[in-house]
Amino acid sequence: MYKIVAKRKLNDLVELMEIHAPYVARKCEPGQFIILRVDEEGERIPLTIADYDRKKETVTIIYQVVGYSTKKLSLKNEGDSVEDFVGPLGQEAPLHKVKRVLGIGGGVGIAPLYPQLKKMKELGVQVDTILGGRSDEFIILEDEMENISDNVYYATNDGSKGIKGFVTDKLNELIENGEKYDLVIAIGPLIMMKAVCEITKKHDIKTNVSLNPIMIDGTGMCGGCRVTVGGETKFACVDGPDFDGHQVDFDEAMRRQGMYKEEEKDHVCRLGLED
Amino acid sequence: MPNMSKEKVKMKEQDPLLRIKNFDEVTCGYTLEEAMEEAGRCLQCKTRPCVGGCPVSVPIPEFIKEVSEGNIEEAYNIIATENRLPAICGRVCPQESQCEGKCVRGRKGEPVAIGRLERFVADYYMENIKKDVEKPESNNKKVAVVGGGPASLTCAADLAKKGYEVTMYEALHQLGGVLMYGIPEFRLPKGLVQTELKSVTDLGVKVEKNVIVGKSITIDELFEEEGFQAVFVGSGAGLPRFMNIEGENLNGVYSANEFLTRVNLMKAYDFPNSPTPVRIGEKVAVIGGGNVAMDAARTAKRLGAKEVKIVYRRSKEELPARVEEVHHAEEEQIIFDLLKNPVEIIGEDGHVTGMKCIKMELGEPDESGRRRPQPIEGSEEIMDVDIVVVAIGQTPNPLLRDTTDGLDVNKRGCIVVNEDTMETTLENVYAGGDAVTGAATVILAMGAGKKAAKAIDEKLSK
Repeated sequence: MYKIVAKRKLNDLVELMEIHAPYVARKCEPGQFIILRVDEEGERIPLTIADYDRKKETVTIIYQVVGYSTKKLSLKNEGDSVEDFVGPLGQEAPLHKVKRVLGIGGGVGIAPLYPQLKKMKELGVQVDTILGGRSDEFIILEDEMENISDNVYYATNDGSKGIKGFVTDKLNELIENGEKYDLVIAIGPLIMMKAVCEITKKHDIKTNVSLNPIMIDGTGMCGGCRVTVGGETKFACVDGPDFDGHQVDFDEAMRRQGMYKEEEKDHVCRLGLED
Repeated sequence: MPNMSKEKVKMKEQDPLLRIKNFDEVTCGYTLEEAMEEAGRCLQCKTRPCVGGCPVSVPIPEFIKEVSEGNIEEAYNIIATENRLPAICGRVCPQESQCEGKCVRGRKGEPVAIGRLERFVADYYMENIKKDVEKPESNNKKVAVVGGGPASLTCAADLAKKGYEVTMYEALHQLGGVLMYGIPEFRLPKGLVQTELKSVTDLGVKVEKNVIVGKSITIDELFEEEGFQAVFVGSGAGLPRFMNIEGENLNGVYSANEFLTRVNLMKAYDFPNSPTPVRIGEKVAVIGGGNVAMDAARTAKRLGAKEVKIVYRRSKEELPARVEEVHHAEEEQIIFDLLKNPVEIIGEDGHVTGMKCIKMELGEPDESGRRRPQPIEGSEEIMDVDIVVVAIGQTPNPLLRDTTDGLDVNKRGCIVVNEDTMETTLENVYAGGDAVTGAATVILAMGAGKKAAKAIDEKLSK
């Protein structure tokens, strides 16, 4: 059992939990993820690590309450425990010192983006950030992002914060204004990452994305999470979840993400799926 | 006077047409009377060839003698000296090529039903007799066991009995390895597996679930930080192989591992009562001819698929699955579409709608001694399917070797060991089971775990 040492609501749908998980906290690096089961009857769901504290032996997860398991998780409070919490899984994000990075986060994807940008900042990289969401309240971790970024730009569908439009509109605008980036890290719904990659490819800016396909074990034993990257089949759970976005077959990934759409109508977690 | 019947006492089975509608065990096991009658067929021969055929050397004539006299507790204790998982072995061992294959009664008629008797003893013991296991006194020596499958469980049990403080590290949320996620409920009930596993952990084996050695902790750290004096690696061969053909990433294509893990470990057959879903179409093709393929096909049938085909590139004689499994599958109306090899999976809107297969013919024997299948040019045709399960084998997970310096593996990714001691190229690191051999059987894994436990004990006792 893994104790929930803190819980906080970030908005109506998104919550943060700090969980006591010594094995994961000791070893995890930005880009890696965990798999948890809420209780003995639960399914295994993957969540990217949003932060960690090696001293307190805690790992922070941020999740959107969208389906069966996240609803059950949401019913837990500080002091309660979750049944299983395993990790760190996947490869750490390939972060190297460059001059200037642009982080692009959509919705709950802002959570896994944060530790990557934080690490870049620590490496001495100049960080700009575009945060997007349906409306103001869907944008999370604003303070944390403001702290590590030189510039934070916002884009919301309804214009309630920043520009009215998509993160890609802001991206286009920055590029047109002559801003130069050596690397873009984009994390959010697949459709958003795909749109970002289409733009950055045109301008030849290397772009990393973090994929969140359907997973079961998360250790490479089933291949449920397979994705095509550069024409080759990769298992996102062991080879990823971060990949060169210009190599990813997004259409296939979106199709596979929707595999259980019928079954999960009002049932299973749909993290990463567009509404 | 022994029972000289040429045939084994029959074991009751669920009717094929009823059992394809449920996940209950297919075979029903012996009653006490049936077991005693079958035990009477054993000649108690002095040469005991059956014991030589058992990879963990269970004293077979001795336990059978007790069964013939109705002393089931004694019979159990005799088995348990060498094997703590008899209810499992009695069900899933390929006895025909092991103990029963060597039985002298098998020369004229059927061999003694050693597997069924072992299973009976274990089931009867658990139901009627089961006593608490006494925890042995500690010798203050620490051994870590990586993985919670049959090899590790056997190694852990043998060491714990000798007083070692054993900690078992398991990546999943449940112990048992392939016993839990791979072999289906209808062949090996999971409740029974859990009870039997408890007889191992009751010996004082400490269990750390949700720990992936190689990720959560490294082998080096097990020695340096956790103070273990030896490590046994029984991490299995869980990495699925795919065919690398067009269309393999379409929705509706599963590895057998994913398909079986969803159904067995996560109980997807009970969806939506269980939260993990599984997709099951009208027409399912399972590619491969081993036990895993049979398990996947029979599982698909039980999930309600109308037509389930085994697609295998050789002929029936070469099927690697146990004869009994093939027989059960045939009874359950699984169609064997043999001498066929998939070359492409076809889809519409991203979902499987068909599979293009080429017909094969058998040529000269290859290095494995089996006749090599060769495609017949121009014989491609499209098979109508909506779910494809790929069951063409597994290899060891690269995770451990990638994070452990000095741990040598062969070109198939299997850990290299000294075959006498099971010691790897790293001192005091031992390995056994599928991690060493590639996908094999439960009982061979247990045999390897046993051998390693003996070698570890000898080394640490010096």
